[in-house]
Amino acid sequence: MSTVAVWEALRRRPLRYLVSRWPLRAWAFLLGGTVWGFLVLLGFAALLFVGLGLSVLGIGLAVLMGAAVFGIPVAAAERRRLRLVEPQPLLDPHGSLPGTGALPWLRTRLRERATWRELAYVPLLGVVFTAAGIGFTALLGLSLLLVATPVIVWAIAPDQVMLLPGQAVEDPVAALPGTAVGLLGLLVAAYAGGLLAGAQVRTAQFLLSAREEDLGSRVIELTRSRARLVDAFEAERRRIERDLHDGAQQQLVALTMTLGLAELELRGQESAASPLIARARGEARQALEQLRGLVRGIHPQVLTDHGLAAAVAELALRNPIPVSVDIELPGRLPSPVETMAYFTVTEALTNASKHSGADTVAVVGRLRGERLVLLITDDGHGGADPLAGSGLQGLADRVAILKGRLIVTSPVGGPTQLRVEVPCSG
Amino acid sequence: MLRLVLAEDSVLLRAGLVELLSRVGHEVVAAVGDAEELARAVDADRPDVVITDVRMPPGFRDEGLKAALDLRARHAALPVLVLSQYVATAYAAQLFSGASSAEGGLGYLLKDRVGEVSEFMDALDRVAQGQTVIDPEVVRVLLQQRSADRPLARLTPREREVLALMAEGLNNQAIAQRLTVTEASVVKHAGNVFMKLQLDPTEGNRRVLAVLAHLRGEAPPG
Repeated sequence: MSTVAVWEALRRRPLRYLVSRWPLRAWAFLLGGTVWGFLVLLGFAALLFVGLGLSVLGIGLAVLMGAAVFGIPVAAAERRRLRLVEPQPLLDPHGSLPGTGALPWLRTRLRERATWRELAYVPLLGVVFTAAGIGFTALLGLSLLLVATPVIVWAIAPDQVMLLPGQAVEDPVAALPGTAVGLLGLLVAAYAGGLLAGAQVRTAQFLLSAREEDLGSRVIELTRSRARLVDAFEAERRRIERDLHDGAQQQLVALTMTLGLAELELRGQESAASPLIARARGEARQALEQLRGLVRGIHPQVLTDHGLAAAVAELALRNPIPVSVDIELPGRLPSPVETMAYFTVTEALTNASKHSGADTVAVVGRLRGERLVLLITDDGHGGADPLAGSGLQGLADRVAILKGRLIVTSPVGGPTQLRVEVPCSG
Repeated sequence: MLRLVLAEDSVLLRAGLVELLSRVGHEVVAAVGDAEELARAVDADRPDVVITDVRMPPGFRDEGLKAALDLRARHAALPVLVLSQYVATAYAAQLFSGASSAEGGLGYLLKDRVGEVSEFMDALDRVAQGQTVIDPEVVRVLLQQRSADRPLARLTPREREVLALMAEGLNNQAIAQRLTVTEASVVKHAGNVFMKLQLDPTEGNRRVLAVLAHLRGEAPPG
């Protein structure tokens, strides 16, 4: 737990604390808090009574709902007010909202523990802190009054001012003992104020600040939003693949077919057009082959239909250096994992073929518990630097989004091994 | 003349294929756009050959291929020619290992092949006659594999050539012509292939088995 600045100040040598700004800041904080806490108490009590009173009607429940989230604005104000005595700001414990509008806001907030901690802070502030603040105000007021007695005696007529009941103070000098008591009171108030303000800071730190659990949920949220982005990207790839497949590819097939028909018509005739048509058909077929390669690079249909093992086997067939594939999985993996694994292997094979000088590459894939473990090993000269190549960096990013990890071991002299571990449980 | 049922979801290609097939004298008794219609048409019309696309509505995955396998299970020895945009051997493996019997022609051709009209018609005839036809491009990809731990690696280059041509569905005589060797030496090479791939000579159509062996061995379906 974090420190409390005003308590740290209290531990200094007495004179240093007393001449610092800390006592005044603590007093300002406590006096302001007393008024503020009283107002909060009034507001909360009003909401509660009106809500309970009208609870037989629908509107009463809405008011009670309002009482439930009453702690949120109070806490927000408190976190700002605390800056008066605590330089370390408290972290807002609330997560981001799924949408705009009052209802999503209410739904999200009511589910958060932070909301209920903040609600618990309201009666503490309204009752306990306010009561303590009133006591402290009395002490401070009385002390100041005592200190000022000689002046009062001098300014107003004597005989009117009494320090002890029934004994009027005759002249300002006679009031000096009262001043001494007042100064003592101020000394006490300086320390009591520091202690009290510190206690309130500590309480606020406990109830109003973001906890590990709040931050944890926010990290999950962040991961989710990144995963959504990847999903959207993946959907887009598939759409492009489908558009190419259903559009351009079919058109080209139709073209080769029409050219084939034209050839058929000209069969047996001596025509200068025949070789031209044959050439056109050849060119159309080349275009088709190129398009097929392109579509495969975008999103291979075989991955969708047959899964990772078959798709990697196909990859291996096309790789310029031999690849042995040994992927044994009990069933299909979640689609994002399959896609990530496929493109990881693609990238790894490309790297191995281009840069490593390897003769063979081995791809091994297994499910260990709930995790997919992929090992891609080449017998090249090693020395791959994960930080230098944007390819490996990109892979690591993709893997990280799925909460997995990528480990690259590539000593100079080889071999280079990529180890990918990704959880498959949703 | 063959009576055909054609399944292809692209209107453009469907019309083109119908025209092409009619011109060379075949009769397209039904041209349909999805797998369900295909099943209905085959049940109603009992065609000589079924030509189907792999990717079909509603899922645009391998519905056409699955429909073809279902039809083979219902109508024994129904010749099926699958047209595909994919060289992926997994689809060919799915077709050949999923087919309920080695009886009845079975073909897997790339769509590009329809442009080479005479080759395409030749393949169609062979499927109708009960032979196995695999697109030369798919065969080429299969034989290109260079992994050391495969039985295929034990084949000599000439034996590979013979296997490739067997996979395309050619008989010994045709292979001998292609390679300009005697039919006897083709028989010898083929024997070596069967031995090296450890195929039981008593089991069904050995040529189909030879193809299946390395399809199954390299790209397990599913």
